[in-house]
Amino acid sequence: MTACPHCPTDNWPELERGYRAMLPEDVLAFIDAHRGEPHSESLLIATLHMVQDHLGHLGPGHLEAVAQLMQIPLAKVTGVATFYHYFRLQPRGRYLINVCLGTACYVKGAEKVAQKLMDELGIHFGETSKDGIFSLESTRCVGTCGLAPVVMIGEEVHGPLTPGQVPALLESYLARAAEEMAKV
Amino acid sequence: MPQPVHDFYQAMADRVGRTLAARDAEHQIVVQVGSATCEHAAGSQAVADELVRHIRASGRKDILLHRTGCTGRCSREPILGVRLPGRLPVKYERVNRDLVHRIFTEHIQGGIPVAQHVLDHEAGPLPERELLFCEGSRCHGSGPGLRERFAAMLAARGVSRGSVRIGAASCFGACGLASGGPATYVLARPEKVLYRVTGEEDLTAILDGHLIGGQVVERLRAQEEPIALAFMERYGDVAFFNRQSRVALRNAGVVDPESLDEYVDMDGFKALADVLERRDPDWVIGELAKARLRGRGGGGYSTAAKWTLARRQADATRFIICNGDEGDPGAFMDRSMLESDPFNIVEGMIIGGFAIGAQKGFFYIRAEYPLAIRRIQQALDTCRAHGLLGRNIMDSGWDFDLEIRLGAGAFVCGEETALIRSIEGERGQPRVRPPYPTDRGLWGHPTVINNVETFANISAILRYSGDWYARLGTEKSGGTKVFALAGKVRHTGLVEVPLGTPLARVVNDIGGGVTGGRQLKAIQTGGPAGGFIPASMQNMEVDFEPLQKAGSIMGSGGMIVLSEDDCMVDIAKFYIAFSQDESCGKCTPCREGTTRLLEILERITQGKGELSDLDKLERLARLCQRTSLCGLGRAAPNPVLSSLKHFRGEFLAHIVDRHCPAKKCVALIHYEINPEKCVGCTICARNCPVACIAGARKEAHVIDQAACVKCGNCFDVCKFAAVDRV
Ligand SMILES: Cc1cc2nc3c(=O)[nH]c(=O)nc-3n(C[C@H](O)[C@H](O)[C@H](O)COP(=O)(O)O)c2cc1C
Ligand code: FES
Repeated sequence: MTACPHCPTDNWPELERGYRAMLPEDVLAFIDAHRGEPHSESLLIATLHMVQDHLGHLGPGHLEAVAQLMQIPLAKVTGVATFYHYFRLQPRGRYLINVCLGTACYVKGAEKVAQKLMDELGIHFGETSKDGIFSLESTRCVGTCGLAPVVMIGEEVHGPLTPGQVPALLESYLARAAEEMAKV
Repeated sequence: MPQPVHDFYQAMADRVGRTLAARDAEHQIVVQVGSATCEHAAGSQAVADELVRHIRASGRKDILLHRTGCTGRCSREPILGVRLPGRLPVKYERVNRDLVHRIFTEHIQGGIPVAQHVLDHEAGPLPERELLFCEGSRCHGSGPGLRERFAAMLAARGVSRGSVRIGAASCFGACGLASGGPATYVLARPEKVLYRVTGEEDLTAILDGHLIGGQVVERLRAQEEPIALAFMERYGDVAFFNRQSRVALRNAGVVDPESLDEYVDMDGFKALADVLERRDPDWVIGELAKARLRGRGGGGYSTAAKWTLARRQADATRFIICNGDEGDPGAFMDRSMLESDPFNIVEGMIIGGFAIGAQKGFFYIRAEYPLAIRRIQQALDTCRAHGLLGRNIMDSGWDFDLEIRLGAGAFVCGEETALIRSIEGERGQPRVRPPYPTDRGLWGHPTVINNVETFANISAILRYSGDWYARLGTEKSGGTKVFALAGKVRHTGLVEVPLGTPLARVVNDIGGGVTGGRQLKAIQTGGPAGGFIPASMQNMEVDFEPLQKAGSIMGSGGMIVLSEDDCMVDIAKFYIAFSQDESCGKCTPCREGTTRLLEILERITQGKGELSDLDKLERLARLCQRTSLCGLGRAAPNPVLSSLKHFRGEFLAHIVDRHCPAKKCVALIHYEINPEKCVGCTICARNCPVACIAGARKEAHVIDQAACVKCGNCFDVCKFAAVDRV
C-alpha cells in the first residue's frame, strides 16, 4: 500500500482518529477550518484556550492531540502551554477560585483573605479540595481594583471581601454545586 | 460628484435617528443600570433582574431599562440612574434588591426620589435644577468669579437655594471650539442647555429669562457641542465626575456598549467617515501631530511619529495592533474602555489601519477579561454586518478587518515584541530592538502597536481637531489621561483629567483623600515599572516628564494611594516579587537580578538586613536597569530605587532599629494585650488559630509570644482596642 502523500505517517488515518477522539467537536472544527491558511500555526494559543475552556485543563494527551492535528512539534506546544500562567496542566475542581494578589488588593489586605481561604479549604495555591469542588489559584489583578480585595470564582468577581465573609461565600458555591449536581 | 462614504454615513445616521426617536417617544422614563465586570461584581445583575420584574409587574410600557457600561465609580457600585421627563437625572449608589423596590415605588411611580441613597448626596432635599459653571481650570477663565456672583444674585432675588443648585465643573472642553474669545460655559440641567457667558449682564439674562421666566435664553446658547456634554448632562452633579475632563471615557456609563445605534448617536463613526471621504492619511497623522498625542501605554511615544514610521515602509503588508494586555496589577482603565465603549476603540483602530495602510489588525486582550473580549467580539461582528468593517468599508472601496487574539496570563506579553511573538503563537519572549515593530513586526511586516486608551482618543481628536486636543494638555503632551485610582483612597475608580493636573487634585479633590482619616504617605504610579511620589511632592503636575524626573513613570495609568499604614520596603518587595515572577527568563540580568533584589528585600523585611545591603540593592538595581533585554527588566528596579530615594529612613529603621514604622512586616512586630483595657471577653482566644492566648473569662488575657504566629486575628476582632501591635 502506498502512503498518502499528504499524510505525516503511514498509519496517519488511524492515529488521527485517536487524536480527534481526545478533543471536543468545536475545537476540531476550529482546527479544520484554519488548516492550510497562512500563519495558521499562530492559532495555537487560541486552540489551547478552547481546549481548556472545555476540559478545564490541558493534559498530556490533549497537548499531543493538538500538536499532531495542527502539525506543530509537541515540544513547541508544551513550551507554549507551560510559558503562560493561564494554562493549567493539572485537572481542577468545579470552581476555580482566583485570589487577586495585585497591588490594589495587596494593600487592602488580600493576603488575609487568601489565608482564610486556605484555612477554610485546607489547601494551598495550586491545589484542589478533596471533594473536587474548589481549586485555589492566585492571579495578578482582575481589573476591578476599585473593589479590592477581590476574589474571582469562575467568571464571577467578589469584592470587597473581608476574611469573615469567606465562609459564607464558599457556602453559597457549595449550595450551587449541590443544586447543579442534583439536576444531573 | 458622487460621495458614497458621505451618503453611507448619512443613511446610517438617519436610520439611527429614527430608531432612537421612536424608542424615546415610546419610553418617557429611563432607568439605567451599569453592566461591566466591576458592576457585575457589585451585584448589578441582580438589580437589573429585580427592575425587570418590577417593570413587568407594573404593566407599564413607558419605562426603558437601559444597560450602560461603567462610569468608573467603583466604590459606589452598583449605580442605578433614573431619568424622569423634565427632571434632573438621579443616580443611586450601592443599590440592592430592596432598594430597587423603594426606588421603583417612591421615585419611578411616585415621583419622589429616595434622597438618602442618592450618589454622593450629602443631606437635605435634592435640587430641582442645576447650573454648572465651568471653572476654567485650564484656561484660567472667570468661571469661579461669575459663579459666586450668580449665587449672590440668586440670594438677592430670594430664589430658594434649595431648588436651584449652583455647581462647578472643571472644564467642558468647549473653549475655542466655535465662537472666539474667552468665555465661561454654563450647563443648565435638566434642560440640557449650554450657555456661553462673558459677563454679568449675561448672568442677569439667565436668571430672569431661564430660571425665573422658564425660557431658554437663545441669544446666549453656545454654538459649541463639547465632547462630554452627554456625560455631564447625566453625571454633572457628582463632584467625582464633574471635576474630570472626559474624552477617552466620554461614553462610559452613557451608551449601551452593545448598541451600535447609541454609539452612532454620539457621533460615532463620523470621524471614520470623514477620514474615508478625505482619503488623506497625511491629514490624519497631521492632526495627531498637532494634538501632541503620546502613547498611553506607558512610554509616551508620539503616536503621529509611530504611524509615520510604519507608513513610510516599502513593504505594503502592514498590521495594526491594539495592546489590551493591561498587565499593571492595579490598573483597569483599558478593561473599562473595552467593556464600556467598545465601538470607539474599534473606530480608532480602523482609522489607524487606514492611516498606516494596513490590511488587517488585531486586538490582543488578556484572557482574564472575558467580558471585554465578548464585547469587542460583539462590536466586530456588528460592524461587519453594517459595512463598517471587512470589505468596502462605508462604500469607500477600502478593505480592512480586525481579529481578536487572547493573552494567556503573561505580564511580559504587554511588551510589544513579546506581544507580537504571542500573536504568532509562540512563547511571549521579547527580542532586541531595533528593528522596531514599525520596521519589522508581526510576521516580519511593519506593525504599529498602540494602547487601548491611545485608540480611544483618535476619533475625538479627528472630530474636534488636533489643536483642540492639544489645548487640553500641556506644552509637551496634549489631551487627558485616565487613571485607575485605587488603594487607600476614599473614592476608588476611573479618573480622567487633563495632563498637567496636579496629583493632589486627583487624589484629594476627586479621590476624596485617604481612607480612615490616615495620612497620605505616597502615590504609586506606573505599576511594577514605576515608582513612588512622596506626599511632600503631591502638588506636582501629572505628565510624562515631571513624573520621570521624580523617579517614577506615567505608566499606563495605575495610581495606588498609600497611607502611613503601608510599609515602603514591603511594597517595594511586592513589586520586585511581581517582576521576578513575571520575568520571562530569557536574559540573565533580569532573571537573576530580580531574584537577588527580592532576596535582599526579603532579608530586610525579616529584620536580618545589614547596612551594606542598601549599597548592594542600589548597585544591582542599576545593573539590571542598564543591561536587561527589554523594558520589564529595565524598569523592574524602579520601585526599589524610588523607595530608596524617598524613603531611605524606613529602610534604615528596618535594618538598624529592627523596626517597621508602618507595623506591617510580620517579623518585626508582635502583639500584646493591654491588661488595662482587656475585659476578658475571650473573643481573641476563640479566634486565635494556634490557641496561644490564655486567660479566664472576665480576666485579662495574655499572648504566648513564643507560639504566636502573628496573624493579627486578635487585633482585628478585639472590640475594646485592647490588643496592641508593637
Ligand atoms: C514589561 C512591559 C509590559 C507592558 N505592558 C503593557 C500593557 O499592558 N499595555 C500597553 O498598552 N503597553 C504595555 N507596554 C508598552 C508596550 O510595549 C508599547 O510600548 C505600547 O503598547 C505602545 O502603545 P502606545 O504608543 O499607544 O503607548 C509594556 C511594556 C513593557 C516593557
Ligand atoms: S489589584 Fe486586585 S483587582 Fe486589581
